[in-house]
Amino acid sequence: MSVAESTLLEAHALHREFGGVVAVRDVSFAVRRGEVVSIIGPNGAGKTTLFNLLTGLDRPDAGRIWFCGHEITALSPERRAALGMARTFQHGRAFGNLTVLENVLLGAHLRQALTAPDSTPLSALRELGAAILKPPAYADEQRRLRHRAFALLQRFGERLTPRAHQPAYTLSYANRRRTEMARALALQPTLLLLDEPTAGMNPTETAEVLDFLKTLKAEGLTLLLIEHKLGLVMELSDRVIVMDNGVVIAEGAPESVRRDPRVVEAYLGHTHWGTPSSESLP
Amino acid sequence: MLDAPLSFWLDQTINGVVIGNIYALIAIGLALIFGVANLVNFAHGSVFMIGAYAGWVCITRLHWPLPAAMLTAATLSAIVGVLIERIGLRGLYDKARIAPLLATIGISFTLDQIVQLIFTATPQGFPAPLPEQRIPLGTVSIGLLDVLIAAITVGAALALFGFLRFTRLGWALRAAAQDREAAQQMGVDTDRANMLAFAVASALGGVAGVLVGMYFNSVYTSMSFQATIKGFVANLLGGLGSVSGAILGGILLGLIESYGVALFGASYRNLFSYAMLVLVLVFLPQGLFGARRALPPEPLTGTFVPSGGRVRLPRAMMALTIGAALVPLLSDNPYLLQTLSSAFLFALLALSVTLVTGMAGQTSLGQAGFMAIGGYASALLVMRVGVPFELALLLAALSAALVGSLLMTPVFRLRSQYMAIATLGVGEIVNQVILNWDAVTGGALGLSRIPPPTFLGAPIIAPRDVYWATLVLLVAGGLLAWRMAEAHLGRTWRAIRDDEVAARAFGVNLARYKWLAFLASGFIAGLSGAFTAHTYSYINHETFAVNTSILALTMVILGGMGNLAGAVLGALALTAAPELLRAVADYRYLLYGLVLVLLIRFRPQGLLGTL
Repeated sequence: MSVAESTLLEAHALHREFGGVVAVRDVSFAVRRGEVVSIIGPNGAGKTTLFNLLTGLDRPDAGRIWFCGHEITALSPERRAALGMARTFQHGRAFGNLTVLENVLLGAHLRQALTAPDSTPLSALRELGAAILKPPAYADEQRRLRHRAFALLQRFGERLTPRAHQPAYTLSYANRRRTEMARALALQPTLLLLDEPTAGMNPTETAEVLDFLKTLKAEGLTLLLIEHKLGLVMELSDRVIVMDNGVVIAEGAPESVRRDPRVVEAYLGHTHWGTPSSESLP
Repeated sequence: MLDAPLSFWLDQTINGVVIGNIYALIAIGLALIFGVANLVNFAHGSVFMIGAYAGWVCITRLHWPLPAAMLTAATLSAIVGVLIERIGLRGLYDKARIAPLLATIGISFTLDQIVQLIFTATPQGFPAPLPEQRIPLGTVSIGLLDVLIAAITVGAALALFGFLRFTRLGWALRAAAQDREAAQQMGVDTDRANMLAFAVASALGGVAGVLVGMYFNSVYTSMSFQATIKGFVANLLGGLGSVSGAILGGILLGLIESYGVALFGASYRNLFSYAMLVLVLVFLPQGLFGARRALPPEPLTGTFVPSGGRVRLPRAMMALTIGAALVPLLSDNPYLLQTLSSAFLFALLALSVTLVTGMAGQTSLGQAGFMAIGGYASALLVMRVGVPFELALLLAALSAALVGSLLMTPVFRLRSQYMAIATLGVGEIVNQVILNWDAVTGGALGLSRIPPPTFLGAPIIAPRDVYWATLVLLVAGGLLAWRMAEAHLGRTWRAIRDDEVAARAFGVNLARYKWLAFLASGFIAGLSGAFTAHTYSYINHETFAVNTSILALTMVILGGMGNLAGAVLGALALTAAPELLRAVADYRYLLYGLVLVLLIRFRPQGLLGTL
């Protein structure tokens, strides 16, 4: 199968089940460079499982994945990160005992000259030597990374910069999510996967995130996000993929998806549980 | 040996089965506790040993009949078990699994030392109150005690099976084992279920203690640790938490040991259990008979790292530390200087632990193994090859780093409590290899007349010189650790410790950084071991034992995970302080045990906090 020049990520017939329960069934889709694609669907639809398959934390039982023209189906998460894939996590996984700045620096782990993911004992020893002896090139690189990390924090206005040297466990929930986003950007990804970036945020904070994601989109970054807040999804996305029970049930431009009866039934039917009209069977 | 008559092998088989039955009895208890509390109870061996002493007192001092002695031992052990659960573990069930594991290690230290204070460390003779009659079976014969042991194990297993299967209390226990929260919601009092599991398990352990005492005709306090290990390996072989698996595993371990000893010699006995401990944990975590189920899942952050509690060292304390360096200018009391020197060597070991455990989050109970490699390498290089001490010290530290970290690579894939136990196994394998590699290490005789350390050819013997040398070594080790800690390496290690999954998502190759952590840690521990060997002038396979590893970890927890200053402070507090307060020196391990238990319960961040 050839991958079109402008296709950044392609999943083909992904399948994953856990002890007989199918979480992802025969899911195929593609994301083009510069595109913003949202995956929506009720809880348990298989969205996060799909994310885990794409980022390598979990392996599909069947199906294949291509990214940047490479087949990545069997690659480890660290190799996929090296190819330019960064993600945030559904429930927030900032490193609690690292400061905000250190979290972002860790995001830039692969931007260091000596930390290539394919490890040999010799390359590891070189890295150890550099860490102990700190030759000028190493010190320069670390200084440059710190500057860049700090610049990334500044993109979140006054939210993170005053807390740059506080450990992440002291942060508010929203700030931990922001830290995670800054950490993901520090990787300088070609594809950013965001798992419910506004979960647990109030409307003001959500609007802030929307503005931020719009900026990223304007800069040409490719985004794939899972999101429950439909307002944000409709405003931001070029394309929406709707999942239910592990299957893609609709895909297309936000407006057309919004009007798709299957979507209204599967997705909106769940969110407006009390309204009888939306629960009719096909 | 292979051409020995069949009766020889039959005898070995009977021996193996009998010992295996005892292992099974210990393993059943561990399995029961593991099942209900998802906890490897390292204090189980202590309960076993207490049972052995109780039986010994009843039989040799009070001249009670055997059944009464058994009953007393079982009851006393059950009470101790319940107390362990109630006082030591009740508050820890919602913590990372490594926390209660360390707590039980602390409890075990405490109990062992209490028994030792009462009965001294000298083994006590324990004649079995049974007629010396053997039952002939063709060409071989079986002793009455052998039959008794088998009968008790089988009886206990059947009774336990019936209890779990057919009584309401048994159901509650099994329900709590399967899903604690669901059981609670269905009205099962899980606290009571835990207590019950500990009581039953400990009673069986106590009975096993009496049987072992009679079988080997002696009781001694250090039987406790070996019992825990043997029971755990048996349990592991059969599948953790499985009662029937524990019986099969126990008998299998008994047979392997018995045949192994027949083929290679008695000194190999423990090597088999430790090798199996590591191999099964790494390659067959579900046990030999278990369904294909991985080790029970751990919370995603696989380490025992409480957040925060960061304390900045008050300047006064910094001044005090630097002041300490000037002690020899003020006092040349050799006792004081020696105490501080050995504290510095321990601090070096604690630094090595804080790199690998505190920073990288890989709980290591095998650091003494690194020390042993360093100590033997340096001593052998100086004595056999004629390398000057200064160079030997460096080469020894490098060998400890390379060999030690290589030995640890199989355990990288394990987490939390399993990692801790496997590293303990690796550390002990080092010692067992030293014991059995006669040609190089001198075997059980150890190495004696190791020349003292030298500096530019001049021997370092005077307490004041040793003091300065160890201080320099500690400062050098501290600087090395600090350089790594404040480089990107420290950050990467701490990220792995906090969340391996998130670290991988950002391209961190876990195996590479775990290896580097063990490498750096091995180097520093190797330095400590090498210098120690030359100041002791005599070392053997027991010089660098598990207790040392556990003590080093306690120091690190006391000082605060990943906190370099904390590690040094913890080491000084736990080695120098009890020595200088002469009154508590005899209760040293009691103190260590209590410190460990109390820290885990009340201040897991340690004195200076997690970094």
